[in-house]
Amino acid sequence: MIQCKTSKEIGGMGHSMRRKEDARFIQGKGQYVDDIKLPEMLYMDIVRSPFAYAKITNINIEKAMALPGVLAVITGKDLEQYNLHWMPTLMSDTQMVLPVDTVMYQSQEVAAVIATERYIAADAVELVEVEYEPMQPVMDPYKAMEADAPVLRIDKEGKTDNHIWHWEAGDKEATDRIFDDAEVKVKEQMHIPRIHVASIETCGCVANYDKVNNHLTMYMTTQAPHAIRTVIALVAGHVGLTEEKVRVISPDIGGGFGGKVPVYPGYVIAIAASFLIGKPVKWIEDRSENLQADSFARDYHITAEMAGTKDGKILATRFKLLCDHGYTDAAANPSKFPTGLFSICTGSYDYGHSYAEADAVYTNKPPGGVAYRCSFRVTEAVHAIERITDCYAQEINKDPAQLRFDNFINKDQFPYKSALGWEYDSGDYHQGLQKAMEVVGYDDLRKEQAEKRARGELMGIGISTFTEIVGAGPSREFDILGIKMFDSAEIRVHPTGKAIARFGTKSQGQGHETTYAQIVAEELGIPAEHIQVEEGDTDTAPYGLGTYASRSTPTAGAAAAIASRKLREKAKKIAAYLLEVSEEDLEWEPGKFFVKGAPDKAKTIQEIVFAAYTNHPQGMEAGFEATHYYDPPNLTFPSGAYICVVDIDKETGEVKVRRFVAIDDCGHIINPMIVQGQVHGGLTQGLAPALYEELIYDEEGNILNGTFMDYLVPTAVESPSWETGHTVTPSPHHPIGAKGVGESPTVGAPPAIVNAVVDALSHLGVTHMEIPITAPKVWKILKEKGAL
Amino acid sequence: MGVPISVTVNGQHRESEVDSRTLLVQFIREELRLTGTHVGCDTSSCGACTIIMDGKAVKSCTVLAASANGSDITTIEGLAQNGELHPLQEGFKEEHGLQCGFCTPGMIMTAVQLLEDNPQPSEAEIRHGLEGNYCRCTGYHNIVKAIYHASRKYKEVSHG
Repeated sequence: MIQCKTSKEIGGMGHSMRRKEDARFIQGKGQYVDDIKLPEMLYMDIVRSPFAYAKITNINIEKAMALPGVLAVITGKDLEQYNLHWMPTLMSDTQMVLPVDTVMYQSQEVAAVIATERYIAADAVELVEVEYEPMQPVMDPYKAMEADAPVLRIDKEGKTDNHIWHWEAGDKEATDRIFDDAEVKVKEQMHIPRIHVASIETCGCVANYDKVNNHLTMYMTTQAPHAIRTVIALVAGHVGLTEEKVRVISPDIGGGFGGKVPVYPGYVIAIAASFLIGKPVKWIEDRSENLQADSFARDYHITAEMAGTKDGKILATRFKLLCDHGYTDAAANPSKFPTGLFSICTGSYDYGHSYAEADAVYTNKPPGGVAYRCSFRVTEAVHAIERITDCYAQEINKDPAQLRFDNFINKDQFPYKSALGWEYDSGDYHQGLQKAMEVVGYDDLRKEQAEKRARGELMGIGISTFTEIVGAGPSREFDILGIKMFDSAEIRVHPTGKAIARFGTKSQGQGHETTYAQIVAEELGIPAEHIQVEEGDTDTAPYGLGTYASRSTPTAGAAAAIASRKLREKAKKIAAYLLEVSEEDLEWEPGKFFVKGAPDKAKTIQEIVFAAYTNHPQGMEAGFEATHYYDPPNLTFPSGAYICVVDIDKETGEVKVRRFVAIDDCGHIINPMIVQGQVHGGLTQGLAPALYEELIYDEEGNILNGTFMDYLVPTAVESPSWETGHTVTPSPHHPIGAKGVGESPTVGAPPAIVNAVVDALSHLGVTHMEIPITAPKVWKILKEKGAL
Repeated sequence: MGVPISVTVNGQHRESEVDSRTLLVQFIREELRLTGTHVGCDTSSCGACTIIMDGKAVKSCTVLAASANGSDITTIEGLAQNGELHPLQEGFKEEHGLQCGFCTPGMIMTAVQLLEDNPQPSEAEIRHGLEGNYCRCTGYHNIVKAIYHASRKYKEVSHG
């Protein structure tokens, strides 16, 4: 049970408070970007390339322009006049807004139509005549790295190959030496396929440029409104859109998951169109455009190796990655981390040596890749370590749970320095796995498995005991385009004791309007019901880098606690003044200061705040508000112990997740109901790539499943009933001991599922399965092994 | 050429003229400005646009506004009565059956028919009934609980 320090009425940390934002969502009163309709608003639609790689020889806009209601057709050549046809990516690469002469991936934006009605814009898209000279695309990242591969980015002066960057971490020589001498070595090649966040709301915007006041209001689906405003000013400052003339508003967002961090060409074209025409322009992509052109996630080819002793002591790991970024590196990582935080790949285990290296490559696929519900490539890292750990257990014929117990970092070893240099803040991995095994009934399941195997039935048990790294991040290392990754909170308490709190982050369903209010309630004793939380408007919210990478609670949540504590200090001074005692004589309990030993002599926070406006001590600043920009001293390291039980239908190869137990440790919990909801959602987004989802391209660069008809998002039928629980190991450096939770399940679930499937098939000699583990894949293996 | 249509939406009679190709969801959102009904795909897969039309849950992105002529439509905005939330709305809030809220109106409208057809569904029946609605946030777990919550309320009401 979670102990609460505040009453239910105050609703501080630990209360499963019902969400403040729900009232509007359950009554159809959310305000998403497509719900915005401004006077004289125009609609934009986009002409997209049918080819993955082609020269554009001609664009004829005559027929489109002749359609009544069409105001403009914008091409790359039009944007070139304003030097707006290229834009920087968040990884300091470059990306076309609209092409002048070449398209580099299928569904790339080629031209944009602006019309008075949405349907007319769509009609006009069909009337734009584009002549292409198709070329043979490069789709395989390994082929792209070959010496004779055609060079794709000829726009980059002096570029002679398709290589983007090389990255490495760890001591290669020392690690190699351990491998050379090791008793046991295991090695597996694994692909973490290209997938898509597929938030149910697609991306879109309403760009509203006001010519009279030279002012742009940009309503858009962005997880990072402040960063976007700065980017707009940096890119378009030369045409007059300087930062004070730009207001970015991120309204309600229908799911983000990292896909709404990047700047897509559609946003830029809409701004250009509104700027040129002087009217508001709405652009809402449809689902096919969303799946086919917006940033993908993952697409890492990983060779993972582990060295250890015969009796199961892990000694070293090695990882070699090939990272397919498509046409441009449009990932959204902190700038000093091209592979994101992949170097968490050493996992939850105590060993001294690891080496990881990565090469990134251009291909003719859409650009990316975003950190899909993951703190920058942590999903890839966790898959690699949790899979190779199981391969090792299988090789030496040891129970995978026991192998993990024998190698876990002990709770008294924290803060723990990992082989690749991270300082893990806290954890209790033994307790987590112990609890998961008890809940699932591990020993009984092993017995059941043995009995079933004897009868020829296929059942598997898979474990994943992962460590995450979230909450980017400390400003000494973490920035995006040079802007440090702090985040902020500003709290204003009104004279009657009710408050508004604003943040630099932006909820996309995480429930910030509730959880941030609970943090302030915890610290100030003002009921969470009385605290209105606001995010997403750059004119009013303090600057911050937004919500992704599980960073909201670790950064902005910490800022809320510290800003509240600043206010409590002020409240103490006012209380001392009102009670005519010295500050040292006062004691705090949630909601009031009282005189030590005389609890009747007290002032409530509401009385104190009222005095701050009506009767403040002479010499003290009036009012009751505080702002804090929180620069975390370290990242936080949530962890989890997941156990998955699968049954496999031998006739069809279908994998059914019978049970899934997830024990998470995200430190102190703000709202248990919301944390549990985050875990359910994340687990399902871990189930999806494990069993169903993958963006598939053919050799000509055609996407084979670019709609919801064939990109298999799991429904309520495929998703199991999840079993959740937690252990609590607070972060020692975070003001409220919280760690962040939204991404742990997405990261931790896939290897648990794969390990379960491999476990079910291990007696047939199966050591690895590539995701997604579809029924045909399993059936094929069963046939090959003669097990049908 | 415009097609005259006459519909009842959330108890209100509405007359209008629509383009023959206008989708019902477009009419509801743009003409009636009832923006609680959402569009999440272009293939009738996701169910975010689900409404109740003549007692049946339908995906309004797959119905022409013209063919809705004469029908009785309920959208999410018409579910609460006299300021009282519908048991399903209550259930979604109580059981944390929503996160970003984008799929929520479609989920609730689908569930309205689900409970209409089967007031006391099992978990499996609830899951099967939601097959045409995608949610990316909740993993469906609490949506199932929310519908179960509402079904218990239905039971209380029907048994007085």
